[in-house]
Amino acid sequence: MKADPRGVLTGTHFMDGDHACCEGALAAGARFAAGYPITPSTEVVERFASRVPTVGGTFIQMEDELAASITLQGAVWGGAKAFTVTSGPGFSLMMEHIGYAAMTETPCVFVDVQRGGPSTGLPTLPAQADMMQARWGSHGDYEIIALCPNSPQECFDLTIKAFNLAEEFRVPVMFMMDEVVGHMTEKVVIPPADQIEVVPRKHTHKSVEEYLPYATNGDMVPEIAHAGEGYKFHVTGLTHDERGYPNMTPQTQDHLVRRLQNKIKNAADRIALFEEERLDDAEVVVVSYGITSRVAQRAIGLARERGLKVGKLRLITAWPFPEKKIAELAAGVKAFVVPELNLGQMVREVERAAAGKAKTFPVSHAGGGVHKPEEILKVIVEASR
Amino acid sequence: MSDLVNPVEQFLRSDRMPHIWCPGCGIGTTVNCFAQALIESKVDLESLAVVSGIGCTGRVAGYVKLDSFHTTHGRAIPFATGLKLANPKLNVVVYSGDGDLSAIGGNHLIHAARRNIDLKVICVNNLIYAMTGGQTAPTTPDHSITSTNPYGVFEPSFNLPHLVEAAGAVYVARWTTFHVRQLARSISEAFKKKGFSFIEVISPCPTLYQRRNKLGDGLDTMKYYKEKSKVRHGAPTNEVGLTMTGEIIVGKFVDRDRPDYQTMMRGQMAESLGDKFVEQAEMVCS
Repeated sequence: MKADPRGVLTGTHFMDGDHACCEGALAAGARFAAGYPITPSTEVVERFASRVPTVGGTFIQMEDELAASITLQGAVWGGAKAFTVTSGPGFSLMMEHIGYAAMTETPCVFVDVQRGGPSTGLPTLPAQADMMQARWGSHGDYEIIALCPNSPQECFDLTIKAFNLAEEFRVPVMFMMDEVVGHMTEKVVIPPADQIEVVPRKHTHKSVEEYLPYATNGDMVPEIAHAGEGYKFHVTGLTHDERGYPNMTPQTQDHLVRRLQNKIKNAADRIALFEEERLDDAEVVVVSYGITSRVAQRAIGLARERGLKVGKLRLITAWPFPEKKIAELAAGVKAFVVPELNLGQMVREVERAAAGKAKTFPVSHAGGGVHKPEEILKVIVEASR
Repeated sequence: MSDLVNPVEQFLRSDRMPHIWCPGCGIGTTVNCFAQALIESKVDLESLAVVSGIGCTGRVAGYVKLDSFHTTHGRAIPFATGLKLANPKLNVVVYSGDGDLSAIGGNHLIHAARRNIDLKVICVNNLIYAMTGGQTAPTTPDHSITSTNPYGVFEPSFNLPHLVEAAGAVYVARWTTFHVRQLARSISEAFKKKGFSFIEVISPCPTLYQRRNKLGDGLDTMKYYKEKSKVRHGAPTNEVGLTMTGEIIVGKFVDRDRPDYQTMMRGQMAESLGDKFVEQAEMVCS
């Protein structure tokens, strides 16, 4: 379906990534946000608090991130599209409810504008060190989807995508920004509402008598009902059967947890978004994401000037990790170079997917700034030997 | 047989029986009172939702035949807050235990009362963490023996009615599981209130609290409740703290009116934004 025009600020704007993310959420149909202030993410909800009363919705500032991350899920079961926004320390507090959303199949979006950690770390400076936490942070086996924008324009476009994926798969989607992308101001084009595709909630059409909250119909994603519609359904974070009733047996656990994983894993190719450049003759591929991809772009240019055969693979989808793409490339290239604002996170995935067919070179950075192009170039040169 | 159906059965998920609660436990009694209140107050069942946290009382959501949410430990109130704000037509009941609501969920309890979110909170207080085996709760009376205070509790306990009154609740009552009619009536009254209502129900845990403290079984506890409870409506809540074997002050302590969160929000938005303010009625996205 098309976006509700009331939430769409059509036009050409000069806007930062945090604000563009908020506009993306509004365009996607989000009418509820619960948040707790934290640098460098707060501008997203500040804008939402200012905008949403004029389009029909609610922002509530909760007492902490534990509350924010579950309040939004209450709103989803009340019928709203909802999200929360945070940064590292708050993201840590939200892990419990990312697990709850995965287990109860609550469609929602968690925006993490990453800053340096661990702990309070670098409140105002960038990092990309929550990438593994986004994937593995809550206990138990589950899958999520994570997207990484590298510009304010993508903060708008991909926030819509994040909501659409959340609805399609009934899964929490992690929107992994970083401080630089969040605070960078650039041109953002917001198209007319009728050019924005919005995925509606997968609401059941079944009668009250027929409806089973966690029964699937071939596509592994159950249909949802909202509170107050007469279905009198039950939702629990306990291991549950198709009725939504607690059923704590190894058989039910196996059936449920495998489905929660497979509904994402089986669709990984469709979810995988990436940008590739000059891969045709490449011997070395620079794999990057978020703000680091923009520094990598410069490094690749410098390397090409030196005659090195270097290509670019920018990950837009970080999770599920596009391992098929890496495996395909690994068969034909010498090496991968993976710059990221952490001491080695996604590089482990690249190395795993390359499976020894191509070498993998990390370009680590502890955060607080971005790489210098020359630092990446140096490793490209090394990898090209 | 058909004319002998228990009137409460219509509110229960019979296919989930038997329940997990121990013999002598008071939680089932409170559910019976809740069902009586639903009958008496004629609340629309289709727009009624029950939200629980984790623990013995947290299992209530799984047994009531209503839209029901068994959430995470301590977070029933913030979940219920989102549910209510997204769909203000819902009547949202939070049904959980003393540990869930006042320890791990204590911050949410006071802030929801402060904001005056329109929620009915039923807090079954068995003075202990029961599901996990009888550990000290913030409500455990002084000198009690628990599995984590084997030599006796020495930290002061919360007086929950006093706490929630101070935080801003508009309706505060306390009963024991002996006071079944009074409890049902209080729940019915809470359904008529707009704002944050809090009903504390003192309930036995014969398996862990009464046994460890040599206070007898469920029936002995009912006798204690009968003999030692004093009904004092309007009692100052700073005077209603609990001890292990002393008097239990019960009654309706607070019944006042102040605008609830959504009324205040709409008022403020309409005042500041004028014609630009858009009501959220169309939020439902299906």
